[in-house]
Amino acid sequence: MTLDTRIESSSPYLEFVRISKSFPGVLALDDVSFSVKSGSVRALVGENGAGKSTLLKVLSGVYRPSGGCLRINGVEQAFANTSTSLAAGVSVIYQELVTVPKLSVAENLFLGHLPCKHGVVDYPHLYEAARAALASLADDVDPRVPLGRLSIGQQQMIEIAKALTRGARVLAFDEPTSSLSAREIEKLFTVIRRLRDEGHTILYVSHRMEEIFQICDSVTVFKDGRHIETFDTMEGLTQDILINRMVGRDIKNVYNYSTRKYGDVSLEVRDITGPGIRKPISIKLRCGEILGLFGLVGAGRTELLRLIYGATRRTGGEIFLQGQPAKVETPRDAIDKGIVYCSENRKAEGIIPLGSVQENINISARRRYGHRFGVINETWERRNAKEQVRALDVRTPSLEQKMCNLSGGNQQKVILARWLSDQMNVILFDEPTRGIDVGARSEIYALIRSLAERGVAILMVSSDLPEVLGVSDRVAVMRDGTLSGIVERESATEQKLLSMALPV
Amino acid sequence: MNSSEKTMAAGGVPSIGRMDTSALLDKAGMLLVFLALFAGCSIFVENFLSWRNMAGLSLAISMAGMVSCSMLLCIASGNFDLSVGSVIAASGCMAAVVINMTGSVVVGILAGLGLGVVVGLINGFVFAKLGINAFITTLATMQMARGFGYIIAGGKAVGITNSDFFVIGTTYFLGLPTPVWLTLVTFVIFGFLINYTEFGRNILAIGGNEEAARLAGVPVVRTKIWIFVIHGLMSAVAGVVLASRMTSGQPMTAIGFEMTAISACVLGGVSLAGGIGKISYVIAGVLILGTVENSMNLLNINPFYQYLVRGCILLAAVIFDRYKRISAA
Repeated sequence: MTLDTRIESSSPYLEFVRISKSFPGVLALDDVSFSVKSGSVRALVGENGAGKSTLLKVLSGVYRPSGGCLRINGVEQAFANTSTSLAAGVSVIYQELVTVPKLSVAENLFLGHLPCKHGVVDYPHLYEAARAALASLADDVDPRVPLGRLSIGQQQMIEIAKALTRGARVLAFDEPTSSLSAREIEKLFTVIRRLRDEGHTILYVSHRMEEIFQICDSVTVFKDGRHIETFDTMEGLTQDILINRMVGRDIKNVYNYSTRKYGDVSLEVRDITGPGIRKPISIKLRCGEILGLFGLVGAGRTELLRLIYGATRRTGGEIFLQGQPAKVETPRDAIDKGIVYCSENRKAEGIIPLGSVQENINISARRRYGHRFGVINETWERRNAKEQVRALDVRTPSLEQKMCNLSGGNQQKVILARWLSDQMNVILFDEPTRGIDVGARSEIYALIRSLAERGVAILMVSSDLPEVLGVSDRVAVMRDGTLSGIVERESATEQKLLSMALPV
Repeated sequence: MNSSEKTMAAGGVPSIGRMDTSALLDKAGMLLVFLALFAGCSIFVENFLSWRNMAGLSLAISMAGMVSCSMLLCIASGNFDLSVGSVIAASGCMAAVVINMTGSVVVGILAGLGLGVVVGLINGFVFAKLGINAFITTLATMQMARGFGYIIAGGKAVGITNSDFFVIGTTYFLGLPTPVWLTLVTFVIFGFLINYTEFGRNILAIGGNEEAARLAGVPVVRTKIWIFVIHGLMSAVAGVVLASRMTSGQPMTAIGFEMTAISACVLGGVSLAGGIGKISYVIAGVLILGTVENSMNLLNINPFYQYLVRGCILLAAVIFDRYKRISAA
């Protein structure tokens, strides 16, 4: 590592200059410029999807920016991949640590450049170097034990040591405390402060406000992929000011909300428990009602939907439909009883990528309508697919088009068409507009509204505050595997929902 | 935030130009290859086009044809079955032993087929219900079935005494050997199964995206078990027909036949990744493989070299499969 360590502390060490990053249909980063001085800890805050993680991936070379550039110590950098960013002294420590749990701590530390003699690993030298690297970070760790045996907090220290052995001058942490104990957090903060005092430049991404006030010297706020404001000092700042800057936006009325009449209770979930749910959850959903389900990523919202749908086996609780107990153990049961689920992860859990549009539409409903003794009724299949494509305005060159060639919005419509072909009373909708561009979004909202008007009960997970507020009749908020409350539309505000969702 | 961006990043825009070439290759590619190969052999290989050789060729590929049909279901669902060859041998021995024991051809045939179904059930149950990897599961049952065949046959070929049984394998109908007709019927049945039934569509959905299929209400476990049962049954049918042709049950026959069936499917264009499969692919694959072997025999090529050629063909097929997948993804 030939890095110039004589850093002038007055000029910024790390600069983002007009960085943009676009994905098909989405602008994840939009003209982001800001800079960080060495010897400081900068917090990056924003809602889910505000662009923080994309920015870290640009910094670490996972993504190439679509526009703009990065400067480190005044030198413009173009990272082609993660190894070039490592070589430039940048290291990102992700929430999900990237390690080889079966290999020893020492091997993990020097993975990729193990000290060798004539091609044979020089273990005495390796362990010695590892001990030196771990000094004052994790003195209590024996470098010879498999990494997997360490606690998450210790593993994180190993990651930091690994970054430092590779000459990192810029360290970025992505939600580093999400799975740490209070003592481990204290240890981490001590280390971060020490690194700062040694002149490292540190980026700190977190949703936890108190931590930011505890450890950071300055804050940059992101929203919708844009840089909103940088506060150079924490003096005079409060959590409220930050939250306001995170959510404040001009709300365009794409939701066209109008009050509807609700029917009887359609779906009732009583004391449901399962993986990802820490306290039993009960929810009632009336016919024609849209219940939003807000929370941060990892709060257990998707897990709740999957438990109701039978996609994951629940460990307790009951499900009632129209007041009657219903046996919903598998997705097939759920579909039979009129509960359907649209996954947030269309690519992995929604579409059959190589199947045709027609096939993707008919896959579920044909069980009820489309076959005689297991033989496909081709006439019904074509007619149904044609009708659905027309009704939902799916833009596809033909019904034979392979699903993977459709845009995200059109794929989402096909998934909806799949369920509209069948009899359904309850729809569990996970992030209905994720990865869908603005134009298609308002069409999806219109569809959700018309479903509700037809008496379908809708439970909609969304991380997008304006969306939740714009579409829902009531909003349930989840935090850390528990239901932290349900708010009526009239009294729901962005600040209120966010404060209910942020960890205490 | 993390996952949303991952999803977006992964959903790249497909390249339209490459889709077109691959669609063309997809539609006619392998049948064209077969026609070219057939024309070449007709011109350059002596006696290739003779009626005698054609009948022999069709008989030689009849067994691969049958088994490849059900292997198509396995591969289209994203899996494969290695126990084929052993089941062929064991079911032939079973049929032979039971016919000799009871004197009844029908009971013997049923016993042979029953053995295939049982092995299929074991495969299906262990793989689909217990979630054990199909490679290991069928590798184990492959050994078990082979061993069982040797045990019931007493370690050597079992000659069949009741000559009624030989009707299946040794007679001709309208100028073609009966096994060839059976294979043609199999092609029709499986073509119908994969194209026109809910079962067939479910198989392709599972191969294409198992989790999406499950969430769409496809009975994944049940479908997978059926796939293996049907495959066991078809292997047993092939085994019984083979026993009839050879007038005996032979425990050491059809070693490595799983490779023939898998090669034929992949060569024809059935994607090893699952989700793609048409009966025309299987027919093309079986024909190409059969024609190559037949020509090599006519040309008196040393059997050792034949192994080499078969391996090369398989390698070429999987590389081609990979190219197709990249251009389709």
